[in-house]
Amino acid sequence: MAKYKITVKNYESAIYECREEQDLLGQAILARVPFSVACRSGGCGICKIKVIDGRYQRGICSKKTLPDEERENNYSLACKTYPKSDMVISVENIRR
Amino acid sequence: MVMRIGRVELRVMDMDRSIDFYTNVLGLEIVGRSKNQAYFKAWDEYDHHSLILTAADAPGLASFGLKVANNDELASLEKRVEQFGLPTKRVSKGERLGEGEYIRFELPTGHQCELYYDIERVGTKVGVLNPDPWPDNLSGIAPHRLDHIAITGEDVNHATRFFTDVLNFGQSEKIVAGENGELELASFLFAKNGGKPHDIAFVKGPNNMFNHVGFYVDSWEQVLRAADITTKNNVPSALTPQRHGITRGLTTYFFDPNGNCNEAFSHGYITYPDFPTITWTEDNFDTAMLYHYRKQPEAIVNGTV
Repeated sequence: MAKYKITVKNYESAIYECREEQDLLGQAILARVPFSVACRSGGCGICKIKVIDGRYQRGICSKKTLPDEERENNYSLACKTYPKSDMVISVENIRR
Repeated sequence: MVMRIGRVELRVMDMDRSIDFYTNVLGLEIVGRSKNQAYFKAWDEYDHHSLILTAADAPGLASFGLKVANNDELASLEKRVEQFGLPTKRVSKGERLGEGEYIRFELPTGHQCELYYDIERVGTKVGVLNPDPWPDNLSGIAPHRLDHIAITGEDVNHATRFFTDVLNFGQSEKIVAGENGELELASFLFAKNGGKPHDIAFVKGPNNMFNHVGFYVDSWEQVLRAADITTKNNVPSALTPQRHGITRGLTTYFFDPNGNCNEAFSHGYITYPDFPTITWTEDNFDTAMLYHYRKQPEAIVNGTV
């Protein structure tokens, strides 16, 4: 399985690895990148990211927390985002 | 008189995974399916269903239903709700599986509330004649029943007034702020002839949002077992086993495959209509909610949908 490099642009340029069958949030938690976390099921929207660069596949996400307009502008929910290449992302809700 | 919260309708984005979760992890019995809905009951419940899953593009609470003692009560409560200023609608039998006619209205907090008496009774597997204490072949957590919901609204005081003055609920506990403690931050409301410490909890927050649905298990051991089952099944946890200050209930929280928060809830005292309301002050908010943890769990706060 391919393993990709994920760069988090707005948090001390953290870099972590994620396989294509793994979601970006789960691996970020293991790498101690301080995402805000709640449902991990594509519902609450707290783990929203903006994808600056890279390809990915997205699982089912709430249209309320991730409306179509945001999808078109490359926003996603990290818990339902699976990388298809190296990615550069920014996190909307950094945990303080 | 309202007897209890009898049913909850949740929105789900992934019906197949949700049916698997509610059947095999939570351990309810699936009792019916239609094109866009699935119906479930807990093993210790007699009515056709207590949980409805409805296909949607976002999670959350679609509606909840309060079961009243008979159809005369239904008619009289319908009038009282109208007099309070909330428009009601009669929904005819057959709109959903197993259900008779019911009354539907929108709460001041934006949630859809139903009152009903008629629902098919399907009984339990142990029956009512010389029953065994529990049936064979239960799977997952297998709670006894739907217990309560927690929802958020901007004006908790107003929601409390509606439930106590119009639906004749009792208030078991409240968390208050303000100089004279007049501003309710949370309110725990119970159907007076039920005896549970809460059927519905309101927490101050945005209107029409859903915090969690609680299902009853009957021991601390069963709460721990519920948490074991969620980890075994890789279910996202919202909170490991704890005790609530309010209700003194024992609890663990976790998420369904759509982000709807579930609680396995146990104990809690029995309350009666003549009991006084217990008051917690704002500075004790966290202790009131979680007696040991004493802070707001990030996942539960952020997981409101």
